[in-house]
Amino acid sequence: MSTTDVARQDTGGQLGRKRIVNDMSIQVATVNGSGSQSSNTVLLRAIFQMGVPISGKNLFPSNIAGLPTWYTIRANKDGYIGRKKEIDFLVAMNPETARDDVMSLDAGASVLYDEPLVLDKLRNDLVFYSVPYDKLVAAVCPEAKLRKLVKNMVYVGVVAQLLEIDMGEVEKAIRKQFSKKVKAANLNLAAAQAGFDYAKANLEKRGAFYIERMNKTAGKIIVDGNSAAALGCMFAGCTVVTWYPITPSSSLVETMIEYMKEYRIGPDGKATFAIVQAEDELAAIGMVIGAGWAGARSMTATAGPGISLMSEFAGLAYYAEVPGVIWDIQRVGPSTGLPTRTSQGDILTTAFLSHGDTKHILLIPCSVSECFGMASEAFNLAEQFQTLVFVMSDLDLGMNNWMSDPFDYPTTPIKRGKVLHKEDLEKLGGFARYKDLDGDGVGYRTLPGTDHPGAAYFTRGSGHNDHSGYSERPDDYENNMERLNRKFETARSFVPRPEISKGANAKIGIIAYGTSHWGVIESRDQLKNEYGIETDYLRLRAYPFTREVHEFIEQHERIYVVEQNRDGQMLSLLKLDLKPELITRLRSIAHLDGLPLDARSVTDELSNMEGK
Amino acid sequence: MATTPAAEPKTNRIGLTVVEYKGGKTTLCAGCGHNAISERIIEAMYDMGVKPERVVKLSGIGCSSKSPAYFMNRSHSFNSVHGRMPSVATGAMLANRDLIALGVSGDGDTASIGIGQFIHLMRRNLPVIYIIEDNGVYGLTKGQFSATADLGSKLKTGVINDLPPIDTCAMAIELGATFVGRSFSGDKRQLSAMLKAAIAHHGTVMLDVVSPCVTFNDHEGSTKSYKYVKDHEESLQEISFVPHFEEIDIDYDAGATVSVTMHDGSHLRLRKLEEDYDPTNRIRAMTRLTEAHDKGEVLTGLFYVNTKAPTFLEMLNMVNQPLATLPESLTRPGREALEAAMDELR
Repeated sequence: MSTTDVARQDTGGQLGRKRIVNDMSIQVATVNGSGSQSSNTVLLRAIFQMGVPISGKNLFPSNIAGLPTWYTIRANKDGYIGRKKEIDFLVAMNPETARDDVMSLDAGASVLYDEPLVLDKLRNDLVFYSVPYDKLVAAVCPEAKLRKLVKNMVYVGVVAQLLEIDMGEVEKAIRKQFSKKVKAANLNLAAAQAGFDYAKANLEKRGAFYIERMNKTAGKIIVDGNSAAALGCMFAGCTVVTWYPITPSSSLVETMIEYMKEYRIGPDGKATFAIVQAEDELAAIGMVIGAGWAGARSMTATAGPGISLMSEFAGLAYYAEVPGVIWDIQRVGPSTGLPTRTSQGDILTTAFLSHGDTKHILLIPCSVSECFGMASEAFNLAEQFQTLVFVMSDLDLGMNNWMSDPFDYPTTPIKRGKVLHKEDLEKLGGFARYKDLDGDGVGYRTLPGTDHPGAAYFTRGSGHNDHSGYSERPDDYENNMERLNRKFETARSFVPRPEISKGANAKIGIIAYGTSHWGVIESRDQLKNEYGIETDYLRLRAYPFTREVHEFIEQHERIYVVEQNRDGQMLSLLKLDLKPELITRLRSIAHLDGLPLDARSVTDELSNMEGK
Repeated sequence: MATTPAAEPKTNRIGLTVVEYKGGKTTLCAGCGHNAISERIIEAMYDMGVKPERVVKLSGIGCSSKSPAYFMNRSHSFNSVHGRMPSVATGAMLANRDLIALGVSGDGDTASIGIGQFIHLMRRNLPVIYIIEDNGVYGLTKGQFSATADLGSKLKTGVINDLPPIDTCAMAIELGATFVGRSFSGDKRQLSAMLKAAIAHHGTVMLDVVSPCVTFNDHEGSTKSYKYVKDHEESLQEISFVPHFEEIDIDYDAGATVSVTMHDGSHLRLRKLEEDYDPTNRIRAMTRLTEAHDKGEVLTGLFYVNTKAPTFLEMLNMVNQPLATLPESLTRPGREALEAAMDELR
């Protein structure tokens, strides 16, 4: 395996001397609705099949067809799969954006463009390749109406030839992509081959970038976080799913419907689940709560606007103590504009969602495998603590393709929490719904339908005593609120613990969570290698914060909290938990352009704040 | 000393006394129509021999929504948030299809803040008995008009309602509810028969029960007062109900009576007071409701019934056992399933 040659690069003419292997980002700029997704997936898979770590990120508009879209594949021999800011190889297919796309490249990048776009006069410090796509596609695709669809596969062949991606792997990826449609597979393969052949005969390789075989992807899978979450929820024993379509969460439930149909319908053709598309998020959460109250493992998936609508019900579930799981696939804020861009902007609002004194358990996955695993944890915690549990994913994790080890089969059994059955009630005679018998703040509940005259209790919001009787007494209210607080304190020792990674005698700590992780781990290496800055790193995986979080902050002079929102929402949440003297140690590195966090942004800002 | 054994208390067909269907002491105003409805619910459940443990009582917010605390203490109950009871009821029924869901709402809770959820509940034909305790005003917030207040009705303060009312029955019929009627809290016989039939029905039952608010809407000029309703009530039918566990009375006039056979074998007998009214004809029902508004009638009776339409739970094709109690062996697929899913992603 070759490694990067350190030869200097100058102008376009001399670029050929440099050789950069398995370390690049390839960006395909197309028009939304042009069917480029298949081509991009094929390209991604072909590189992955050659053993090179990859990630794929789709930057798409809130639009069905016509607006520009960019797909970025990052191949990285060191396994960095976060976003890379700089584009090394541009496939310019969109006339609308081609000029801007080219102008924003760093010197030395390669550009592959559709011949009529004539981009090569724009700059002289890039490598340009032009391909007459229409001519090539006409030759392999006699049916004119299909040409638009297969045109994109031509660039896959061209890129393969220019980067030295094995055409055998391209074929394999095409066969997988069009698994049951042999005709479509053959047509696309012909298009890719036409691109490859054209490039071989007509293009002189001058760019620096190459893909070479390595062995870092054997046995791995490629999946998006929403699909991983869907699988996780299925294996978590979820029985009721209610939802209202909203980007970027819709695909979670849509994929779940497919999985549930495949694996959760018995030989008698009957489903062990109910999935209902509700009229809005208010109804979706209401159904989750009704089902959780009546004993189902219920869930919904939504995004920020849905979270806002669920606010009132979330408070009711907190006070009435009803389990349920809510996936928040975070995205940029309200209404139109950037709903298809990623964000970690719902942290504060979700932690305290609703009116009155409310606080909720949040689980924060950073990877597809955590989306899978935390599904089971979320349901177990929800039932153990008889409360809502929010799983805070985001668009980058939920909708983009991630490479991962295969998921482990859940080893923790499904735990239904403190539920009294008929037999228990026969022994006990009766029960007090909200009495803290075990000192953990969690009472015992019964499910509607329990066949015992003492099983029933009355569920309502703020005003009730231990026996669930209606009460407006100050002491009943206060006692109940203190017990709810005790319950939340108990949860502190049961939620997922943070992941801590130490540097060498580091005085600086970094705290991050969710998808910010991928930028941070790469940035830590940059900080160390380029600036000599050693850092320790704590990745939060849940709220409430566990003991380790406090200890980590106490152990460091300065703590950089890296997150993808404007106001440092997690930093604010930490402040509420910390001893006053520790608060001043916190610094915010906030990233808010709607794009997944990249390492370079963190490195630049942190090194600057460290005075380097 | 001889003692006289106490008389055995009267029990229903499952051996329960009526006391076992009672609830807590009402905190609503004396004379409130809602209390009468609670009484009718207790009677109907007792007479039908419904096991209280199978019933879930669900409500939103408002005077009406407090009333589930005043009947059937042996049933689980959920007093949820304003206008959102339908979704909670839906969730509960998804979790446990064996439950009998009784939803109690009010005109504000249904026709204003809850209109969205109400509409979608109706179109799903979920098995639920949805009762609107309809008095045309918001009671708990002291007497503002609701959206079922009639055009021209007057508040105590003299304010006149100048917007047309929402007819919840017409909406329910249009949207797909399969048992729709209107009654009056003061009409004991009719309401009892309709509630029993509601219990026997499979699908969404929507009963709008005019239930005067003695404190805020029982005065001269109100169209939801006891006096106004008594003076303007037009009944479509005389309703009687023969439960499946009682012998069928063969002695009825087939020409003047519509007989509806319910899912459980019970019979609903509707003695026609209007010759040509057919409660299985949706279009006729809608027309008649419109006429009632034009004539200023308080039309009561069973407007529409359809015993054939599939319920939402049937459409979902779920296992017979409640989802809530399925064991892990049925809800967590085996290792081979995960292996297969992983293979597809390689």
